[in-house]
Amino acid sequence: MDLHRLTAHELSDRLKKKEATPEDIFSSLQKRLAETEGKVKAFVRLADGRLGQIRRTPPQLHGRNAGLLSGIPVCIKDNICTEGLATECCSRILAGFKPPYDATVIRRLHEAGALVLDAKTNMDEFAFGSSTENSCFGPTHNPWDLDRVPGGSSGGSAAAVAADETILAVGSDTGGSIRQPASFCGVVGMKPTYGRVSRYGLIAFASSLDQIGPFAKDVHDCALLLEAIAGHDPMDSTSADIPVPDYTKSLGKDIKNIRIGIPREYFVEGMDPEVKTIVTEAIEKLKSLGASTHEVTLAHTQYAVPVYYIVATAEASSNLARFDGVQYGLRVKASRMIDMYKRTRGEGFGAEAKRRILLGTFALSHGYYDAYYLRALKVRTLIKNDFDKIFKQFDCIVTPTSPTPAFTIGERAQDPLQMYLSDIYTISANLAGIPGISVPCGFTKKKLPVGLQILGKPFDEETLIRTAHAYEQKTRWNKTRPSL
Amino acid sequence: MALSKETVRYVADLSRIELRPEELEELSRQLEAILEFIDQLDKADIAGVEPTSHVAGLANVMRDDVPVSSLPVEKTLANAPHKEGGYFVVPKVIE
Amino acid sequence: MEYEPVIGLEVHVQLETRTKVFCGCLTDFGAEPNTQVCPVCLGFPGSLPVLNKTALEYSIKVGLALNCAIQGFTKFDRKHYYYPDLPKNIQISQYDLPIAKDGYLDIGVNGQTKRIGIRRAHLEEDAGKLIHRGNASLVDYNRTGQPLLEIVSEPDISAPEEAYEYLTDLKSVVEYLDVSDCDMEKGSLRCDANISVRPRGTKELGTKSEIKNLNSFKAVRDALQYEINRHLELKAAGEQIVQETRLWDEKETKTLSMRSKEEAKDYRYFPEPDLPPFTIDKSRIGEIRKTIPELPKEKMRRFMKDYGLTLYDARLLVISKNTSLYAEERLKAFPSKDKKPVANWLIGPMAQEANSRNKELADIPVSPAALNEIIGLVESGQISNLAAKTVLTEMIDSGKNAGTIVREKNLVQISDESALATEMEAVIKENPKVVGDFKAGKENSIMFLVGQVMKRTKGKANPKIVRDMLKRRLTDA
Repeated sequence: MDLHRLTAHELSDRLKKKEATPEDIFSSLQKRLAETEGKVKAFVRLADGRLGQIRRTPPQLHGRNAGLLSGIPVCIKDNICTEGLATECCSRILAGFKPPYDATVIRRLHEAGALVLDAKTNMDEFAFGSSTENSCFGPTHNPWDLDRVPGGSSGGSAAAVAADETILAVGSDTGGSIRQPASFCGVVGMKPTYGRVSRYGLIAFASSLDQIGPFAKDVHDCALLLEAIAGHDPMDSTSADIPVPDYTKSLGKDIKNIRIGIPREYFVEGMDPEVKTIVTEAIEKLKSLGASTHEVTLAHTQYAVPVYYIVATAEASSNLARFDGVQYGLRVKASRMIDMYKRTRGEGFGAEAKRRILLGTFALSHGYYDAYYLRALKVRTLIKNDFDKIFKQFDCIVTPTSPTPAFTIGERAQDPLQMYLSDIYTISANLAGIPGISVPCGFTKKKLPVGLQILGKPFDEETLIRTAHAYEQKTRWNKTRPSL
Repeated sequence: MALSKETVRYVADLSRIELRPEELEELSRQLEAILEFIDQLDKADIAGVEPTSHVAGLANVMRDDVPVSSLPVEKTLANAPHKEGGYFVVPKVIE
Repeated sequence: MEYEPVIGLEVHVQLETRTKVFCGCLTDFGAEPNTQVCPVCLGFPGSLPVLNKTALEYSIKVGLALNCAIQGFTKFDRKHYYYPDLPKNIQISQYDLPIAKDGYLDIGVNGQTKRIGIRRAHLEEDAGKLIHRGNASLVDYNRTGQPLLEIVSEPDISAPEEAYEYLTDLKSVVEYLDVSDCDMEKGSLRCDANISVRPRGTKELGTKSEIKNLNSFKAVRDALQYEINRHLELKAAGEQIVQETRLWDEKETKTLSMRSKEEAKDYRYFPEPDLPPFTIDKSRIGEIRKTIPELPKEKMRRFMKDYGLTLYDARLLVISKNTSLYAEERLKAFPSKDKKPVANWLIGPMAQEANSRNKELADIPVSPAALNEIIGLVESGQISNLAAKTVLTEMIDSGKNAGTIVREKNLVQISDESALATEMEAVIKENPKVVGDFKAGKENSIMFLVGQVMKRTKGKANPKIVRDMLKRRLTDA
């Protein structure tokens, strides 16, 4: 039996019924990896293209999630700290960095009994990108079409789930880095509300936008993984002290009376016509399930990308100041301190990282702060207000996750601005701090998956899970798997 | 806005990034294009709008003044490119 | 043209919390290098700060004691600069909303009170320590992340002596609050000075220099005086003063330009996204205000009123909290209404004992009862002042009580004239010339003869009685 093809909840049943052991699952993954990883390249630093030993036996289960993910393999994006295991953000500047501590989500996964795989997934360097091409380890390939990108920045996590190389995966989303690759790879991915999942141990890109979230093969698994990693953490001052509901209770509920807003600004120029058709059909499907849909306006949508590229790069330029070769990672030797800094950072960062650090530094620098950074923060308020207003009347907002399906490797690599625009539908959720999920909603003629994005009220991931699950149960797009 | 090479060089110095001449050329060009795109923010009406630095709406998050164990020094220094007798070592800082 | 100096001081006070400002590492002084660090204070990737509640409270407390307005809404900002003692190359500090602002400190200048404005007091994290060795620098991050309160004065100080007074009084206030040991040697109090000169009577500020590396209050005073002179000389020579940072060279007693740090200061402050803001409500401020003890100025006035001390004595006795508590305990315990003898003892012999032992007055183990006993022995004429000092020294060394020491050392004062007569006659006989001088009208020469009698009696003779006896004997004859 190909255990690697199953979902976490299916495997949990088998483990409970003693029809399989965690070792069986793991060796099934090993076998799968030997066949597919050479083509997909979802993982980095993989010895012989195989998963290493399971990193450690899970410690005693405890806490509210004890056993929630017992024996279920989960792989981790390369920007989440794992104690003693290299965590490099796919950047040369962090070469060889082995954190002395585990991120809070890693501790939570251990507590839930998950098998945290001894392998990290590929990503754009420091999560700077939408294609996973900006990795110092080279690109990951989309399991649906190996010539195409898996999306990014969490492309490795998305591709690993899509290729059945893992059961679950964890990624991070600063402007769409979970939802967009989930959409490109035909899997479920969620960015929780800002503050829902602890950021402690997530190597920061943009502190006010970053959020860790799940990748899964279906909505049920997504709910399980979210439940395992969510919750207040005293180590993260921006973590909300709000109880975590039992997300599986939102599964199987109908969506009658759910009021859905459809933002008119999201269905204009630049959208691939096939995506438009597929998403429109998906919205019809939601209506047929009893939800009501209404056109709404998010008037400041056009500003989301420019605001994002000021706020995110300003914070990134600050967060990345610490990579200087003093305590860890790459050091390019020099006899003067200032030269050591400049050469280490000059050689350690890739092109996109340099672009963003320079842009962000510029936005904060003397004489430009008010015109760029402060102005961006004010427009951010307008964007947030747009959402607040809509959520007074509606339960959620439905949009495409991305204006296009997966593009080919190299296609946008030379045009940073074009690349930035591929996040146009996902960025606003990060600016407003609200949760968003991407669920598969169909395929293009070329057999490329398309994702449907559902955005919700802060800390109302339940409505997203409920709506996405109802849709998934009716459509079963998740049952179509890539052939590798 | 127009972005001079001098500004890019200044910003690169501030961020302690050494750029090769051709990198400086290319980055100046790209950043200027990106800034041009960003300049559409000038059209937004921000009169009387407060900036948003934090979206979570939290305040007063603090911890009690209670010690937590520090890292063992071996772990602290485990990743150090250059260490000696419990210290990190860097090139002499010229005062 | 006559010029006046304009001086502002930036004082960094290390707050004595048990743990660091944004993590749970200890703040103990003198630990082995890099043993009081964790991912947070090392700025390791992925780590996040959480504010120490006590550090905020201490900051508010200092703000209140300095008569500042406490902000109802405050936040932290990131300040950026690259230096290897700053592990994130970011310092978490406060930019536009400091915890406290617009306060003042009254200092004494030539017997007059002068009010020095406090512009702001803000909380920030300390940097680590660098040890320079050969062509390398060693980095110790133990100090990184210790809470620092930066207290910035208005440029209201107009003389090096005023700066000295301001620092002394500021240190005294902070010490009273029990929030810092203010030990400059340990670096728990640091000071940078800004100085410029302008024509007397004008308002506009001249070009300033910032002086760093000031390791004592005396250094601050000396460096300021040096810098004033330098500015005046440049003015006199018609030369431009350059705005710059200068280092005080203690050995050479001069300031030196620090050009390497003179690159543009573009700190790129922006709100710290990892720390949500803080609200400080009135009731919380009220609670903290209640924890503020009597401060040195109030205590000084009370000492003068309650114990009849002079301004001079009272000032010396309130200089530190421990000294004042120690002094007050002894002033209270003294049975007589006139407390002058206690003040004299505290400021005189006891302070000298403390000094010679390199200790604080409060560390001198002489109980109020023991001090009363010594003073009583002197006042009743049982021992001489000189002998009393011996008793004090012996008491501190051995812990014995005064009575025992007087007995063992045989220090009882001899006031019996018959017992002194023999010694007096011997002295008269041995010193005919001095006797002659006295008789010839040199009144003072009698003191030499008294001294000789004291010597022969090993200090035990009552000098007043000896003097009277000598006077009678030599005048009568």
